[in-house]
Amino acid sequence: MALRHRLEGFGGTLPAMPLAAFFLAAFVAPFAVLFWISLFRSADFRALGVDQYLKLATDGFSIGVLGDTLFLGLCVTAVCLLLAYPLGLVYIEGGRRLRGAILFLIMLPLLTSTVVRTFAWIVILGREGIVNNAMLATGLWERPARLLYTWGGLVVALAQIQLPLMALPLINSLLKLDRSLIDAAEGLGASNFRRFRTVILPLTLPGAVAGGLLVFAASTTAFITQTLVGGGRIVLMPLNIYQQAVGVQDWPFAAALSIVFTLCIVAITWFVNAFAQRRMGAVHAP
Amino acid sequence: MPRRSADLAYAGFVWTIALGAMLLLLAPTVVVLITSFTGAQTLKFPPPSWSLRWYRELLSSDDLLAATWTSLKVAFWATLACTVLGTAATLGIARSRSGWARFLDSLFMSPMVLPAMAFGLALLMVFSLMSVRLSIWTLTVGHVVICTPFVIRMVSAAVQQLDPLLDDCSFSLGASRLYTLRRITLPLISRGMFAGGFVAFLSSFDHVPVSLFLSDARTEVLPIKLWQILEADLDVRVAAVSGVIVIVTLAGLILAERLSGLGASVQQRA
Repeated sequence: MALRHRLEGFGGTLPAMPLAAFFLAAFVAPFAVLFWISLFRSADFRALGVDQYLKLATDGFSIGVLGDTLFLGLCVTAVCLLLAYPLGLVYIEGGRRLRGAILFLIMLPLLTSTVVRTFAWIVILGREGIVNNAMLATGLWERPARLLYTWGGLVVALAQIQLPLMALPLINSLLKLDRSLIDAAEGLGASNFRRFRTVILPLTLPGAVAGGLLVFAASTTAFITQTLVGGGRIVLMPLNIYQQAVGVQDWPFAAALSIVFTLCIVAITWFVNAFAQRRMGAVHAP
Repeated sequence: MPRRSADLAYAGFVWTIALGAMLLLLAPTVVVLITSFTGAQTLKFPPPSWSLRWYRELLSSDDLLAATWTSLKVAFWATLACTVLGTAATLGIARSRSGWARFLDSLFMSPMVLPAMAFGLALLMVFSLMSVRLSIWTLTVGHVVICTPFVIRMVSAAVQQLDPLLDDCSFSLGASRLYTLRRITLPLISRGMFAGGFVAFLSSFDHVPVSLFLSDARTEVLPIKLWQILEADLDVRVAAVSGVIVIVTLAGLILAERLSGLGASVQQRA
């Protein structure tokens, strides 16, 4: 009986088989090959061993780069959360026109290419850019500051570029929120802030988690923005992998870096999801 | 009254940040558009003089035109493949509660979270082990994987709104499975398919990490070409290309909105 049930479940998914076969060949197999390559002791592919992973663990540079990359993801996610919640709250309070305007603003960057958005940030943060010119004109700064190629500049640029990924799931969560709960909290005398902390925040956690994970993943792997706004001064994991693979041609080491980087992202995603599910009880992240 | 002033402070805080976020979302696009009409050689902002020279320059930039053409071809084939494969897959898994279906769903969505750089390198290794020469087809394979999650998301939102009774009605009236699919199911989810395809096309056109490994001198794609130009020297042509991309996407969005209410489907699935 159980077997039959299982077979039926399988039969229903038949239309998914072409895509599943494609993913097996073009997605799962490549990651398996990546892992296999990472197990070669050196770039001449002679013998197998875990040397690449030992090299990664003992050379302080790679670990530092990995840590920086994950920290960057954390910073960008935090900034996006800080911006997206007020934006979402204004959205659900707003009328039709305000909602339309906010949605348009959120879609706008989503629909213009990443290189274009990154390029905009070069114009904004550059030496003759908007921020510097404005600050010089008002006399607040005496000489242009270096904003490009700094950590702060990179975080702000990435936060703007990834904000739609956070705002859309969050607004979706906020829209599903039962208004009467907010009214009840208000009726019982909770302050605005308390209402946010004890009612809105816990109930929109699935949206925040879904958006946060997308932003985290996207900003840690955003090669273009990292290299152009971060410049050569800030080396992060994607550039490191690219240099090892294409520049130095050390494929086993590049593969080991990629595997460790991927595992870190998977582990963080898994932990955050598990934590959110425990907090939310039966509620699943969308 | 302390409570009222606290509430006022809260509202002020929320509105200030929200307005800041809106400005932040809008500013880069506006800045790019303004910069693209500069008459100067540098990216000085605001531009000291105005002209269309950088747009004219584009027409004679064969390298940029070739890269744009490659990007369009790859995005077209990738969108076609992942809309067909993704829609079929979604019809198979979206309404099923079996463990299999859940597993496949997470598999198909995982390219959104896993580092695309690692995937690009992995695919390059597979192709070179199989001695496959890099071409726009190897590039397309990578892009199909990257763009599939967008199609699955949009289409499954549409499928979940579908009333399962409609299928049963159609069957009981004697329609075959294929006829039901063609005349009932597909028309009802076509908006979701269209929205998914639209977003898939844009993400393919915009995608870098995988292309970084899978394109060579003959198959240079536009975002990488632009990246190289920006890395080498801050050529103002990039502003003009950006202007064209912004205007074309906006026009496409407005057209799509008129034709099919794309915004509504994107919003539903957001």
